[in-house]
Amino acid sequence: MTFSPVEIASSAVLIHMLFVLVAALLRRSQKALIAVFSTVMTVGSLMICIAGAMTVWDGATETRVLSMGLPGLPFHLRLDPLAGYFLTVIGLLSFFVSVYSAGYLKGFIGHRPVTRLAVFYSLFLAGMSMVVLADDALFFLISWELMAAASYFLVMFEDEKPDNRRAAFLYMVIAHVGAIAILLSFGIMAGLAGGFESFDGYTFDAMRNVSFPVSWATAAFLLSLFGFAAKAGVVPLHVWLPEAHPVAPSNVSALMSGVMLKTAIYGIIRVTFDLIRVFPWWWGGLVLTLGIITALMGIVYAMMEKDLKRLLAYSSVENIGIILVGIGLSMVFLSFNMTLLSSLALTAGLYHVMNHAMFKGLLFMGAGSVLHATDERNMENMGGLIHLMPWTAALFLIGALSISALPPFNGFVSEWLTFQAFLLSPSLPSPLMKLLMPLGAALFALTAALSAATFVKAFGVSFLGKWRGPQQRHVHEAGPAMIAGMMFAAAACLCLGIFPTAFIDWMDIVPEQLVGDRLSVSATAGGWMWLTPVAPDRASYSGVIVFLGGLAVNLLVYFVLHVRPGKIHRVPVWDCGFEKLTNRMQYNSTSFAMPFRRVFGFMASIKEDVSLAPQPAHAAFPRRLHYHLRIRDRFWNWIYKPVSDASFWVARKVGRLQQGRIQAYLIYSFATIIVLLLLAVI
Amino acid sequence: MTGGPILTEFLQIMLLLGAAPLFIGWVRTLKCWAQSRDTAGVFQPYRDLARLFTKDVVLAENASWIFRFTPYLVFGTAILAGGIVPMLSTDLPLGLSADVIVLVGLFAISRFFTALAGMDIGTAFGGMGSSREMMVASLAEPAMLMAIFTVSLADKSTSLSHIAEVAFSSQALLKPSLAFAFLAFVLITLAETGRIPVDNPSTHLELTMLHEAMILEYSGRHLALIEWAGMMKLFLFMALGSALFFPWGIDKSGDLSGILLAGGLLTIKLGVAGVVLVLIETGLAKMRLFRLTEFLGSAFLMATLGMLSFFILE
Repeated sequence: MTFSPVEIASSAVLIHMLFVLVAALLRRSQKALIAVFSTVMTVGSLMICIAGAMTVWDGATETRVLSMGLPGLPFHLRLDPLAGYFLTVIGLLSFFVSVYSAGYLKGFIGHRPVTRLAVFYSLFLAGMSMVVLADDALFFLISWELMAAASYFLVMFEDEKPDNRRAAFLYMVIAHVGAIAILLSFGIMAGLAGGFESFDGYTFDAMRNVSFPVSWATAAFLLSLFGFAAKAGVVPLHVWLPEAHPVAPSNVSALMSGVMLKTAIYGIIRVTFDLIRVFPWWWGGLVLTLGIITALMGIVYAMMEKDLKRLLAYSSVENIGIILVGIGLSMVFLSFNMTLLSSLALTAGLYHVMNHAMFKGLLFMGAGSVLHATDERNMENMGGLIHLMPWTAALFLIGALSISALPPFNGFVSEWLTFQAFLLSPSLPSPLMKLLMPLGAALFALTAALSAATFVKAFGVSFLGKWRGPQQRHVHEAGPAMIAGMMFAAAACLCLGIFPTAFIDWMDIVPEQLVGDRLSVSATAGGWMWLTPVAPDRASYSGVIVFLGGLAVNLLVYFVLHVRPGKIHRVPVWDCGFEKLTNRMQYNSTSFAMPFRRVFGFMASIKEDVSLAPQPAHAAFPRRLHYHLRIRDRFWNWIYKPVSDASFWVARKVGRLQQGRIQAYLIYSFATIIVLLLLAVI
Repeated sequence: MTGGPILTEFLQIMLLLGAAPLFIGWVRTLKCWAQSRDTAGVFQPYRDLARLFTKDVVLAENASWIFRFTPYLVFGTAILAGGIVPMLSTDLPLGLSADVIVLVGLFAISRFFTALAGMDIGTAFGGMGSSREMMVASLAEPAMLMAIFTVSLADKSTSLSHIAEVAFSSQALLKPSLAFAFLAFVLITLAETGRIPVDNPSTHLELTMLHEAMILEYSGRHLALIEWAGMMKLFLFMALGSALFFPWGIDKSGDLSGILLAGGLLTIKLGVAGVVLVLIETGLAKMRLFRLTEFLGSAFLMATLGMLSFFILE
């Protein structure tokens, strides 16, 4: 007997839910708990991945109505190719991360119980899959909240540190402000679909069957964009991301950055392309502009960051921007009815969704291994890890190459497709778009180049050179399970980079259903090896040949040069006769980023203090130099601080009402009744 | 027909390998003449390379595999790039596998690894070079992409062979967008190949180094590979400029006479390019590092203006 994808997916969700009970029983034996946990999570996420992949492969849509929910408002499930695609992304990365977790969690044995981590991890996975599966506003929001709450507890895992509590609180606040906006957006759409007096419009199906008036549709779109942008970390709603992602355990950071942000992308696509369907071009322009600003700001902040995990979190902000650029372009093209180009841009965006999940998952797992081994997140104190952790270093390097969009890895493919979409945009009829497009392409190119610089810094400072910290710690390579998890992700990065045609062939049912055109016919016109998005003489790229060609040429040169055995002398590094070189004299993260601070520093608020401590006897020879650098998001001072100050101010003013005396409260109630009566009379 | 394109490809790579040191020799000779110095002859780069290849390698104690792998990668990507840029003919089998964005990506990957190699030893100079090089690249690379995009928009393709063919047949060299793109391209060529006023290839003063600081620790055959790849990069940029803006004479059919003609014209173009390069280099002084942002910023701006004028005017 065979199971349909939706059955597989929902049983996986059930497994994740039931695991919570098992975890409660196993909490006394942490070792057994970790073993059961990683097995169940691996199996569950594999099931989710398979269900998603099958759906996309078949191009079929399945729906179910559950006999659960509120009276008269049952939950609806629907697994269509779009949902399937995101399920595949979620399942695949969760699978890799769950394998990794088997090793990673062992590090906690003897320090702290991981029961809470296991429980919320599993609920978190369930929540993410449910968000994608939901087909009505009610179930969607419940799943959304499950996901948010579970991730809140995961961020709070090490709750004895004040930073973690602060980060989790900030995350919760922004997540909820966003959730309110999403709720309101669904409210508008449901009201228009089923009338504001009834609840009939709450299913997505009902919303799909209405054509919304432009004004209401715009309101719903803006609200949902705001809500999803808060979750995705779109500038200026990104401030929670570099706080929350670094303090969570690294396997959770991998999932949060890799896939949780993508559920927000899913939300944007679902609402605009599927529920609203028809929209004016400026919506796309808005998404595109937001995407470009997010990408640029994200990478500039990442460049200046010295905390490895914060750097990765800021780079997630950047990548969300890149995805939004693809989606925005697709929306612009669609609103002018250029379906093939729209499909190209959407494919680029969706491709990057998958790519970012893979390499950011890989990088966070790598950072987790480093953190695990060195107990250090600050890159200023790292260095030379490539000698102590060769596997982690090599795998992290693959992640760094992929995220820097270097051929033949996967980041390059999606960036290449996005560039192609930009280059095909002169055919747009709108003059404003014609102005926006070149600027967008320019800033997009700038982002790509900056991300290479950022990851040269991240890899170079933490893995190369010599140890910069106060004393050499006992650093060890990550365990086999952790390396296996990272290896899978690295292999995925390479495969997605060299077989783009196969991947696009598989996934292009998604853009076909959303924008009404498919890429695979033209994309594979030149054979499976060449990716030709529109036409072979327009542009073509073959990852396989670039990869194999590069490999062959390198090997050839290597062997030609090694015919004659050359001698290699290992000597101490040349110190120009100075003889007092210390490891602290190496370039570190702050000094590497210094030229970038000079050029792009205006985007952040930077406070630099240099002070000399003089030596009493010899004023010309200062004893010590103190250098203090503080870099903050400009948005803190621009937006968040005024808002939080204002809310405190209002709270204080309102607080004056609280007298603590029963007489005063009685007067309040009396006055209220009088006012209400007066209103009733009028 | 069969084997013809592959032969052309092979010929082109051989030309790149063989002629790149000659071009550098030509530039150095011209420079010596311009500064009224004695020259070492146009063949000195060959003697330098041969010398380096026979020497032993001296490696710092904590050099990792990245440091040893980088020279091969840098050299390999330069050769691969030579298979993409139409120098003699546009009929290149590799041309279909990699377009101009891939070409920029190939330069980026070799830069990525060179910068890592600079940080591998853990000296201050290496890190300084890497940091500066990446800063320059982070502005130069998008400018280069934009300049090339402007051309590719005009020719409706990102495939280099196709661009060269279309640009050859269309007479419109005096479009404002292309003029902007060309100016930007010249500035970027100076930046990307490490010439004055961005970087000084013959400097011995560590504090002013960019590219040289990263490869300070290399020796023997590793250094030879990197030096040779650097020469090939300059040659490739010249060939790229020729293919994008002056594609006259680049062969389309793949027959021998066409290729010979293309070779002859390429020699003339390179000779002239060398003169222009030397005039720029002798006429300007090296800029301060933080003045470079203005230089690169204007390149970026011009390239963007080129694309903008294409969108608005054409």
